[in-house]
Amino acid sequence: MSDSIRAICMPKWGLSMKEGTVAAWLMDEGDEISPGDEVMDVDTEKISSAVEASESGILRRQIASEGDTLSVGDLLGVLADSDTSDADIDAFVTEFQANYVPPADDEDDGGAATETVDVDGRSIRYLLRGEGGVPIILVHGFGGDLNNWLFNHEALAAKRAVYALDLPGHGASSKDVGDGGVTALAAVVSGFMAALDIDKAHLVGHSLGGAIALSVALDNADKVASLTLIGSAGLGAEIDGDYLQGFIAAERRKDLKPHVEKLFSDPALVTRQLINDLLAFKRIDGVQAALETIMAAFAPGGSQALVMRDRIGDVAGPVLAIWGSGDRIVPASHAEGLPGNVRTEVMSGQGHMVQMEAASEVNKLIDELIG
Amino acid sequence: MARKITYQQAIGEALAQEMERDETVILMGEDVAGGAGAPGDDDAWGGVLGVTKGLYGKFGDRVMDTPITESAFIGAAVGAATAGLRPVAELMFIDFMGVCFDQIFNQAAKFRYMFGGKAETPVVIRTMYGAGFRAAAQHSQCLYPVFTHIPGLKVVTPATPYDAKGLLIQSIRDNDPVIFCEHKALYTLEGDVPEEAYTIPFGEANVTREGDDVTIVTLGRMLHVAHEAADALAKEKISCEVVDLRTTSPIDTDTIIESVENTGRLVVLDEAHPRCSIATDVSAMVCQEAFSALKAPIRMVTAPHVPVPFATNLEDLYIPDAGQVQQAVRTVMGKD
Amino acid sequence: MQLSKDDLLKAYRMMKTIREFEERLHVEFATGEIPGFVHLYAGEEASATGFCMHLDERDKIASNHRGHGHSIGKGCDVHAMMAEIYGRGTGLCGGKGGSMHIADLSKGMMGANGIVGGGPPLICGAGLAAKKLKTKGVAIAFFGDGASNQGTTMESLNLASVWNLPCVFVCENNGYAEATSSKYSVSCDDAADRASAFNMPGVVVDGHDFFAVHEAAGEAINRAREGKGPTLIECKLNRYYGHFEGDAQTYRGKDEVKNLRATIDCLDQFRAKVTSASLLDDAELNAIDSDVAELIDDAVEKAKAAPMPAAAELLTDVYISY
Repeated sequence: MSDSIRAICMPKWGLSMKEGTVAAWLMDEGDEISPGDEVMDVDTEKISSAVEASESGILRRQIASEGDTLSVGDLLGVLADSDTSDADIDAFVTEFQANYVPPADDEDDGGAATETVDVDGRSIRYLLRGEGGVPIILVHGFGGDLNNWLFNHEALAAKRAVYALDLPGHGASSKDVGDGGVTALAAVVSGFMAALDIDKAHLVGHSLGGAIALSVALDNADKVASLTLIGSAGLGAEIDGDYLQGFIAAERRKDLKPHVEKLFSDPALVTRQLINDLLAFKRIDGVQAALETIMAAFAPGGSQALVMRDRIGDVAGPVLAIWGSGDRIVPASHAEGLPGNVRTEVMSGQGHMVQMEAASEVNKLIDELIG
Repeated sequence: MARKITYQQAIGEALAQEMERDETVILMGEDVAGGAGAPGDDDAWGGVLGVTKGLYGKFGDRVMDTPITESAFIGAAVGAATAGLRPVAELMFIDFMGVCFDQIFNQAAKFRYMFGGKAETPVVIRTMYGAGFRAAAQHSQCLYPVFTHIPGLKVVTPATPYDAKGLLIQSIRDNDPVIFCEHKALYTLEGDVPEEAYTIPFGEANVTREGDDVTIVTLGRMLHVAHEAADALAKEKISCEVVDLRTTSPIDTDTIIESVENTGRLVVLDEAHPRCSIATDVSAMVCQEAFSALKAPIRMVTAPHVPVPFATNLEDLYIPDAGQVQQAVRTVMGKD
Repeated sequence: MQLSKDDLLKAYRMMKTIREFEERLHVEFATGEIPGFVHLYAGEEASATGFCMHLDERDKIASNHRGHGHSIGKGCDVHAMMAEIYGRGTGLCGGKGGSMHIADLSKGMMGANGIVGGGPPLICGAGLAAKKLKTKGVAIAFFGDGASNQGTTMESLNLASVWNLPCVFVCENNGYAEATSSKYSVSCDDAADRASAFNMPGVVVDGHDFFAVHEAAGEAINRAREGKGPTLIECKLNRYYGHFEGDAQTYRGKDEVKNLRATIDCLDQFRAKVTSASLLDDAELNAIDSDVAELIDDAVEKAKAAPMPAAAELLTDVYISY
C-alpha cells in the first residue's frame, strides 16, 4: 500500500536553482494525474515554469501553498491511489519532512559541475548528465548558453548521456569565434565530439544551433545518429534581423527587455534575473565583438547567409523539426514543406523558445525520435 | 566562468587584469606594495588590508609606494592622467580627503569643463570608507556625498564582489576622474565573480530584490542590511523592493522613480551622516519627480549627525541596522 | 650664451609679446569690459622666456594665476588667449575658463591655476608620465614666492626627488605674495635654500636677465632630460602691476615700480646686451616691436568682436562620457 505513495518535489531547473516559489496550483486535490501533466506553476529567480508530473496517480495532498517558497527537493504534494488511507499519507509526509535536507549553500550544482575541453585551441565549456547509450549533444542558439536547456537536459539524460555545450563567444567558452559563420561553428561542434571521443551522437540544435547541427550532420553523416532542429536557422533566409541587432546593441535592461520578450510566447517568463544574466554575459570582454562577428557572418542585413533547406533531404538519419507556430524570430513557415525524411511538429501558440515553454512535449518528441 | 571570491580579491583581480591589458595603467598609494626602501620584503603589505597584494610582484615599478604626501601624489596622479597615463591612486582612507581635496575637486574635476572640453583626465582614486572596524572618527566616515556634490567627478560605491570587479574595470577604462569607494567591512564578503574581465556601466542601479509594497534605495554595505530587513519584513507579509544605486554620480534616477511609481513608498538607507547625504539627495529628487506616486512621506534611515564613536557599543548604535530599516518600513506602511 | 640669431630674435619676440599682451590688458581691464580677475606678468618676461626657449612638444608646463606669460611662452595662440580672457566663445577654453584657467594641453600647457600651489603636484604627474612613457620630456612648474610656502609645493619637491622625476620647479619670487612681502612670509632668505632639504640643486638667478635665466634653465632642463632628477630654481624678479588688476599696490614703496621700470627692465637689458655685442640691431628689434603691437591690436579687436559662448555650452563638457 505505502509504496503507492509518491512525492511531488520542487524540481531543480538549471545548475544554480536553490528554491522556487509556488505561483499557483494547476490541479486540485482529488484530480487524476498522468505523466506530463502540469501540476503547479513555480517562479524561480531565473525563470518561471510549470512542474510536470512524472508519474500517474491521484493528487491526494497539496502540501505547499501558493506563495510558499521551498527549497529544491522539498515536498510540494503527494500522489497516491484513491484508496490509500489518510493516515498512511500523513505518515509519509511526516517521514519525508523529518528526513528532508535542503541543498547546502555551497552545493552549487547538485553534484553536476560543468567541465571544459580544448577544441583546436579553444576552451569549450560543457555539462554532461546521464550516461551510456549514444549520447545527445544539445546546441544552443545566438546569445544563449548551455542553460537554455535547463528544462530538457535532466529529462533527456534519464536514458543516455547528454552533453550541453557553450558555443564559442557564449557562456563560459572561449570568445574566439573565428569567422563566426555557421560552418566555422559547426567545425567546433565536430571538434568537440572528437576531443571527447564521441564517435556518434544525436544532435539537438536550437535556432542558430540548429543550423550548426544541420551543418555538422551534412558534413559528418557517419557521426550523427539523428538530428532535431528546434526553431532552427538554416532552413530559409528569413530571420528577425532587428532582434539580432537589438540584442547586440542593447546596453541597458530597458533596451534589452523588449528584444528578449520577443523570444517567448509568454513575456512574463522574462524575469529581471534573466535580463541581468544576459547583460552580465554581454558585458564580458570579447562578447560584443564575438556576437557582431557571428551576426555579420550568419545573418548579414537581416537575412540568413547559409540556407541548407535543399540539402536537408540528404541527412542520413531521422530528422525532427519542432517549431512554435508563433515564433517571432525564425518563422514557422520554414518548417513547412520539408522533405519526407523530416518529421515536423509545429506547436500551436508556442514561440521561439519552445524547448523551454513546452519542455515536456519537446522532451517527449525527442525521446520518441531517438527511441 | 563565475566562481566565489571575495570583494577584496575581486578588486585585486580587476586591477591585475587591467594592468595586464593596458600598460599605461599604474598604481600608486601608501604601502600599496609596502616595504619600499626597507630591508625586508617588497610587497610586505600589498595595501593596508591586502587588496593590492601580489601586484608588485607582477608589475614591478608600475606599482609605486608613495611617501605620506596625499596632495602631491594624488595631484601627481591627476597630472599624469592628463599626460598619457591611466593612474589608479589609492587614498587610503576617504577620511584623508581633507589633505588632497583640492587636487580632486578643483583640479581633476574641473579640467574638462574649464579648459573648454579638451582635457582628458582618466584618473581613478580608490579609497576605503565606512564604519564597523572600531577605527573611530577619523577612519570610519562615508564621505561619498561630498564627492558626489562635485560636477566633473564620477563616484562609484559597489556593494558586492561582482559589482566591485566590473565597476572598477569600468572606472579604469572611463576617461573621466572616478572616485571608487570600497567599504572596508565588505572586503571579506564572498560572491560569484566571472574569471573574465567585464564591465558594468555607471548610472545603472541594480534592483536586487523585487517587491510591491515599499522601495528601499540604498548603497554600499547597507545593501546587505536592506536585504536582512527585507527578509524579516517578508515574514510580516510586507514585500520590499531593494534598489542598489551602485554609483552615486551618475545616479540612476529612472530606476528609482520607476520603482517608487510601482510601490508608492520609499525608504532611503544611507550609512553616511544625514545632512546633505545621498539619502537627502534621493529623497528630494523623488519628491520633485514622483510626488504624486507617494502614498506616504519618505523615511530616511541614516547614521546620526555625530562623528563615528570609538566604544564598540556606541559604534554599533551609530551604524544603521536592519531593525531601524524595518521600523521605517512599518512607518511608511502605516503599521507602526 | 651661444644663442643663434634666430633664437635671439625668437626670445625677444616672445618677451615683447608677453609685455605687450599684459600692458594692453592693463589698459583694457580698466575700461571694465573684461570680467573677473586678471593677474599681470609684466616685468617677469625673462623668466618664462628663458625657460620656454628650451622646451618642445614633449615638454609640459603648469602655471599659476599669473599665467599669461607662461602660456605665450609655451606657444598658446595669442588671439585665442585674448578671447578667453574676454570670456568669448572663440577663446582657448571656449570662454569657460578665463584668465586664471587658460590652458592648451595640445601645446603641453597644463593650465594656469586659480589655486596657489596647485601646479607642482600636477607637474610631478607630468614628469612621472614622461618617465613611464619614456618620452624624454620634462615638466616645469612655475609658481611664486607665496606658493613656495604651500604644503603642496614642498610635498611635490619631496616626491619629485624621491621618485627622481624629470621636473624643474621654478619659483618666480617677485617679493610679494598678494599684499604680503616675501621677506615676511618665506622663512629663509632664498626660496632656493629649500632645495637642499629635498636633496636637489637650488639655484638663484636674476630673473630680469634673460641670458642668466636661459643658462640656468638649460642646465636644469638637461639634468632632468638626462634622468638626473629635479632642480629648484628661484628667479628673483619684479612685477610691475598689482597682485590683480585693481590692486592699488599701496603696500609697495613710493615710486618702487617707476624705479624698477627705469633701471632693471628685462627687455631693456636684453636690447642693451644684444646691440652692444652687435648680435642684433635696433632696427631688427623695432621691427619686432611693430609686429607685436599689430598682433596685440588685432587680438584685442577680434576678442571684443567675438561672440559669447552659446547658452547651451553651460552644460557641456562636464564629463567626456555621460
